[in-house]
Amino acid sequence: MDYQKKELPKKISTIGFALTIVGGLLIILSFIFHTERALYNYLIMFMFIASIGLGSLAFVAIEYMAGAIWSTPFRRIAEFLSAPIPLLLLLVIPIILGANTLYHWTNSNIAVNDPVLQGKSPYLNLNFFIIRIAIYIFIWILFYYLINRNSKLQDTNNDVKYTKNNIKLSVAFAPVFIITLTFAAIDLMMSLEPHWYSTIYGVYYFAGTLVAGIASFGLVTVFTLEGKFFDSRINNKHLHSVGILLFAFNIFWAYIAFSQYLLIWYANLPEENYWFLNRMNGSWVYLSLGMVFIHFIIPFLVLIPSYAKTNLRTLKVMSIWLLAAHYLDLYWLVMPTYDKSGIVFGWVELGFPVAAVGIIMLLFKLKSRNNNLMPVGDPKLEGGINLTLYPDLSID
Amino acid sequence: MFKNLKHKFQEIDKDLGIDPRSDKLYAVTALFDNPVKIVAAAEKVVSEGYTKFDVNTPYPIHGLSDTMKLKPTKLGSFVFVFGALGTLSALLMIGYMAGIDYKSIIGGKPFFALPPSLPITFELTVLFGGISTLGLMLFFFNKLPWINNPLMDTEYMKRVSTDRYGIMIQSDDEKFNINEVVKMFEGLGSVQISYVNYFETEEDKVKTPIFNGKFIALLISVFVIVSVVTYLSLNVMIYNVPFDWMWEQAKIKPQTSSTFFADGRGMRNPVPGTVARGHLPYLYKGMPDSSVKFTANPLPVTPEILEKGKSRFNTYCSPCHGYYGKGDSRLNGQFPNPPSLHSDKVRNWQDGNIFHVVMNGQNVMPSYAKQISSDDIWAIIHYIRALQRSQNAKDSDLEVK
Repeated sequence: MDYQKKELPKKISTIGFALTIVGGLLIILSFIFHTERALYNYLIMFMFIASIGLGSLAFVAIEYMAGAIWSTPFRRIAEFLSAPIPLLLLLVIPIILGANTLYHWTNSNIAVNDPVLQGKSPYLNLNFFIIRIAIYIFIWILFYYLINRNSKLQDTNNDVKYTKNNIKLSVAFAPVFIITLTFAAIDLMMSLEPHWYSTIYGVYYFAGTLVAGIASFGLVTVFTLEGKFFDSRINNKHLHSVGILLFAFNIFWAYIAFSQYLLIWYANLPEENYWFLNRMNGSWVYLSLGMVFIHFIIPFLVLIPSYAKTNLRTLKVMSIWLLAAHYLDLYWLVMPTYDKSGIVFGWVELGFPVAAVGIIMLLFKLKSRNNNLMPVGDPKLEGGINLTLYPDLSID
Repeated sequence: MFKNLKHKFQEIDKDLGIDPRSDKLYAVTALFDNPVKIVAAAEKVVSEGYTKFDVNTPYPIHGLSDTMKLKPTKLGSFVFVFGALGTLSALLMIGYMAGIDYKSIIGGKPFFALPPSLPITFELTVLFGGISTLGLMLFFFNKLPWINNPLMDTEYMKRVSTDRYGIMIQSDDEKFNINEVVKMFEGLGSVQISYVNYFETEEDKVKTPIFNGKFIALLISVFVIVSVVTYLSLNVMIYNVPFDWMWEQAKIKPQTSSTFFADGRGMRNPVPGTVARGHLPYLYKGMPDSSVKFTANPLPVTPEILEKGKSRFNTYCSPCHGYYGKGDSRLNGQFPNPPSLHSDKVRNWQDGNIFHVVMNGQNVMPSYAKQISSDDIWAIIHYIRALQRSQNAKDSDLEVK
């Protein structure tokens, strides 16, 4: 195997810093001039970073649980992309501090007169909220740390016990992840509208997380592949499954999104449908309808043909597209609570996604400094490199 | 020529079936024992310029189709078109059915709405795609397999389905030379080379069976037989006895019409003089008091009967007579107040007299024969007696016995 640990190009940190600084500046200015709007955007950015980090960790866990071989050479990419998870502990602080602005169930004046909020107050009160968020983030950090540590130790020890331990951890992680992710989505995003509820909301965010995780994984892997940082035997055909998974999980997302919409549309209960009516109000309707095309129809049609799944350029473009669509999806979930009358878009909204991308890039570069880009000690690595196509006759 | 080679190389492929083989060679086959070798073999065969060959493996091997330089199939594009056709058909169908032809109000939704149409649209897309895949594969792209493929019932095929990887080159390939082929296979490391001969059968049976006359005749006859049998059994037989499960019977059901009777009605009026159950006519109807034979109260005095009598009295008698029989009812003159039931006259009446008044009517009071059954009237009479005793109680009634 001819993988050598090379330093990633400098421009990653340069661009990462630039994006973070520019984005960070815009964020600070937004908080100064439009605090409430900035808070909502901050929540969107937080959920976006969380979904990339958690989606990547979930991807690693799925590989261990399924015993997949094709993704082993690229697993480190997913592990590096899950690096934002510990940062979530810091990033959640502004949300907690701004909880009074974001969540009006924290406002006791309103809650006292509202029978629904009174009924929900054993769950929706600030103290329990903070405890819950802390629990989710600690659980995520715990599994992130344990799984990544085992993977890193395997580089030097080559012991198969690390794989076995990670499989056990992944199996434990799976149900815990689903539960904590569901409740995190409910607590942080669904409770923005405390009178409304949807039992599929957690699944909706979960589907979006998976899409974001696979899209970011695919994007970074393509860049790394093109930069020839992997073993020389790896080519575009190894990434065939990424295109398939991206396609499949995007359809899953659309299915969940449509389920949520159809049931509420059909029952037409006023206590449920106002949430969607808010999103058909004014200029929001353009975004809602546009999402159908941006998040589903166009990626569906582009990713259907089989050549699309081994074409690196298609994969790159669709990954970026779907990541943007996912950000748009989170924006569509959160922002109408801030302004029901129409789309809010301005310089305020630009700083947050820019900063998010910058942070992820910087963390990726940081991790790559101390870790191998391929899991050199993993017993499945050779199988993954040799997986497809033209088998190497020299190993006969 | 073949006889010489029979001695030199492996035996003719052992025939596992009973169909006899001819002497004509169909193909030379070679078995390999690992996937690396089979891909290398495929590569070599392609580079040597053979075109009529095939590779058989027990499971799909990545990259084999590329190595064999198989043309990618156009099936997917066609299926996509059919799937899109399915989407369009579903939307048009629902749009016509629900929006134009049979508009029904479902929960106040618009007659044609997109959200509820989507599940059906999705389903039809998949259905059209699936059926078109089957049809296109059967009739255009893959067609049906040969009835008498020479590879059937051979040792080669048996091994290839289990633990070996095989490649075969047909003898009618342009570049086919049996010696070169065998030498090439040996050079590639084959573990077993063998020959497959055609079945001893007429040439035309080997051709693609989908347009075979006998096959199509079989399909048509099956279709005709199944249609005729289905029609006869479901449209003819079950309307006749005894297969009709006694659905059509010669009896006349209540409230149905009938051609048997002149007035067209199935139901007949009862015979004159018929008495409904529980409604025996009152024997002394219309007769004056004095000519009536007095019958005793047939009911015993029990708490239940008194309760029943009380509730019936309150229902039927109290509007005029009042709750205590004093004649001071809530009608209060809108209808003439009856005399009190606690007068000496009524107290001295026998039960049968009261019964007669209730059944017959008296002065302004109408007959209650149609409203109250005889049993209930006797119960009411017991209650009246209790009321009367309540208004004329003696001191001795209060004594504890």
